[in-house]
Amino acid sequence: MSEPFRLATPLNDEALERLEIGDRILITGTLYTGRDAAHKRMVDLLDQGGELPFDVRGQVIYYVGPTPPRPGYPIGSAGPTTSYRMDAYSPRLMELGLKGMIGKGMRSEEVIEAMKRYRCVYMAAVGGAGALLSKSIKKADVIAYEDLGPEAIRRLEVESFPVILVNDIRGNDLYEEGAKKYRR
Amino acid sequence: MREIDVSGVTECVKRLCMEANYDLEEDVLEAFDRAIAQEESPVAIDVLEQLKENARIAREERIPICQDTGYTVVFVELGQDVRVVGGDLNGAIQKGVRQGYGEGYLRKSVCHPFTRVNTGDNTPAIIHLEMVPGEAMRIFVAPKGGGSENMSRVHMLTPAVGVEGIKSYVVNRVREAGSNPCPPTIIGVGIGGTFEQAALIAKKALLRPVGSRNEDSELAELENDLLARINCLGIGPQGLGGRTTALAVHINLIPCHIASLPLAVNIQCHAHRHKGTIL
Repeated sequence: MSEPFRLATPLNDEALERLEIGDRILITGTLYTGRDAAHKRMVDLLDQGGELPFDVRGQVIYYVGPTPPRPGYPIGSAGPTTSYRMDAYSPRLMELGLKGMIGKGMRSEEVIEAMKRYRCVYMAAVGGAGALLSKSIKKADVIAYEDLGPEAIRRLEVESFPVILVNDIRGNDLYEEGAKKYRR
Repeated sequence: MREIDVSGVTECVKRLCMEANYDLEEDVLEAFDRAIAQEESPVAIDVLEQLKENARIAREERIPICQDTGYTVVFVELGQDVRVVGGDLNGAIQKGVRQGYGEGYLRKSVCHPFTRVNTGDNTPAIIHLEMVPGEAMRIFVAPKGGGSENMSRVHMLTPAVGVEGIKSYVVNRVREAGSNPCPPTIIGVGIGGTFEQAALIAKKALLRPVGSRNEDSELAELENDLLARINCLGIGPQGLGGRTTALAVHINLIPCHIASLPLAVNIQCHAHRHKGTIL
């Protein structure tokens, strides 16, 4: 396997153009967390003409609902949740400048189409490796929707957070290509 | 008649909730090793190695294996010569779950279906109580993640489709689930009974040690055949492509109505957490 790419947030189109499906990437910088409930609130807010709790331009959203941290730890177990539940909301955020999403599992055709249109990528972290992934998260602060508990929006500071590129800005899909290669 | 005080049950459930979430059992770790030995995909091997490393960190630092610490499913086999004293059994189990998830820094993942408001302590746990002979009480705690549970199905087949129909339904279910249920998975299959019993025996099939042989030779053969077909799908660990889509297929079969052929497929992610003890 080739050496992983190093990627710093916020992301710009230039960096995204170089990325291809199957690339292993280590992200350093800021990630924002959000799951079903936070996405619904954000999109409801936009529908009412409100402003999002953070500026999504150039940012990456990580679909995670961590466990509570033990004393002395910034965060608990923090692996990705299944992404298709966010499909209904993601294009709206891409339209506003979201550049990356991290989760696990397949996205809908509409979302893959929107990634091409708005130049955004989808990356997978290893699902069920929450203890390992928590080691790359150095800081976590709740910035909105605290009442949602594990589903609150957090700002994470990460160092060399490991992901793999699943959907690039050209409409390619690693889940399809990977399975094709090993199907018998 | 033997007496068991409910305070012991609470203590036991609390401990099992925590241990299940920190300590991946040996049967699963051994299945990872067998998969690594057989894998052809370098990405798949990398993922499987990460899962082993994750299990090591979880065990040593008491960080949950997966952030989805699950809906708590508790199986209780109650000996008919046991008398439960000191309170009610259901309440004692719920208290154990509440304490385990609170003191163990586990995520509370249970909410109202409409309002989505979290119950705050991961209760109510699902309790499956079964009366058995003897004077012991066996308790199994199996936290179940939402991602793999969402990919599970119950289907009432037409008897005419036979064993081939069962096979193609199971394989198709795994294909359609794709990367969503966190492969490599363990596939629990319940055949027969009624609508609800098929689902329950599919879930119970997951409690068998991963990789153990079914006692019924016909079902053992069916399990091998299904596993081979599933691992030809190419989905692989995390859906990134590879030979290891499932680690095992476990089947339970009971008689069914002459008009029916109930089939349940309960998909379990690789974070296959199950801890049991005997009181």
